Amino acid sequence: MRLILIAALLWMSVGPALAVEPDEVLSDPVLEARARALSKELRCVVCQNQDIDSSNAGVARDLRLIVRERLVAGDTDEEVLDYVVARYGDYVLFRPPFKPLNYVLWFAPFVLVLFGGGVAVAVLRGRRSVEPTAALTEDEDKLLNEYLAEDRKTQ
Amino acid sequence: MTRLFAAIPFAIVVVLGGVFLWGLNPDRDPNEIPSVLISQPVPAFELPPVPGLETPGLAQDDLNGAPKLAVVNVFASWCVPCRAEHGVLTGLRKNEDILLFGINYKDKPEDATRWLADLGNPYDRIGSDLNGRAGIEWGISGVPETFIVSQDGVVLHRTVGPIVGDEAVAKFKAALAAARTATEGKS
Repeated sequence: MRLILIAALLWMSVGPALAVEPDEVLSDPVLEARARALSKELRCVVCQNQDIDSSNAGVARDLRLIVRERLVAGDTDEEVLDYVVARYGDYVLFRPPFKPLNYVLWFAPFVLVLFGGGVAVAVLRGRRSVEPTAALTEDEDKLLNEYLAEDRKTQ
Repeated sequence: MTRLFAAIPFAIVVVLGGVFLWGLNPDRDPNEIPSVLISQPVPAFELPPVPGLETPGLAQDDLNGAPKLAVVNVFASWCVPCRAEHGVLTGLRKNEDILLFGINYKDKPEDATRWLADLGNPYDRIGSDLNGRAGIEWGISGVPETFIVSQDGVVLHRTVGPIVGDEAVAKFKAALAAARTATEGKS
């Protein structure tokens, strides 16, 4: 039982690492961990909804190697990302930076929610504020009673 | 106020219609990645010639102060669309007033040499990018890719994929013409 559990755990830990080839892995585990984290932030430009960490594309492998090279050369995480962005643009970042060019991207969901909410509130309020039927005036009341009395007489 | 509310469905339809018109346009390629290189100076790179080939190598300096507009084509003998594109490039080199530079991407020298011997070699310079580093500097996502570079070394246009078929060729020629007027206006 314990053996099966260990085997299952081992298998699960191996699963997601398939694209990174053994010759790419750095000997320094700290740098390697940083490289893996950075690779998950970078979009593969060939298969565009995959990060380079899990992509088998040639360019993705090259970029993984470059990320590791920069880290070994002593770059900070930010410098590594800047290096790739300088060549491929903000597009390769899965979390695009917050800057004027990307404001539409960041604000559009909130603007849409506000707009939709605004419309909903306005519509609901409009429905409630339909005025209740006005009461009869004194004259109308009198008239109505007369009619009713007449009606009763004829019966 | 109520009149304003009455206009809301209309506004929504107009906005949605606009989005659909833009999004469902068959000419729009959602996979297209905007290039950061446009209007930027060519990246720093230096490539040796392909061994066994007489064509000289290619470096950043060759693109700064070139005598004519330069077309930089990333190609490889293993790339099938490149074979189809080769004739188009040969024609462009012959009929247009341009220099044609090649970046031989991750290609074995002997394969590249044989490929060019078979199909002809229209390139003025070819750099051998064995490990693909120059390709990364140019921000390519695959082969082939073709750039237009002004005489003073500014990237003016990028075509992803082969320039094959009337439409693509016409588009590229239009980009060449635009590049020409842009650079003439400057000098």
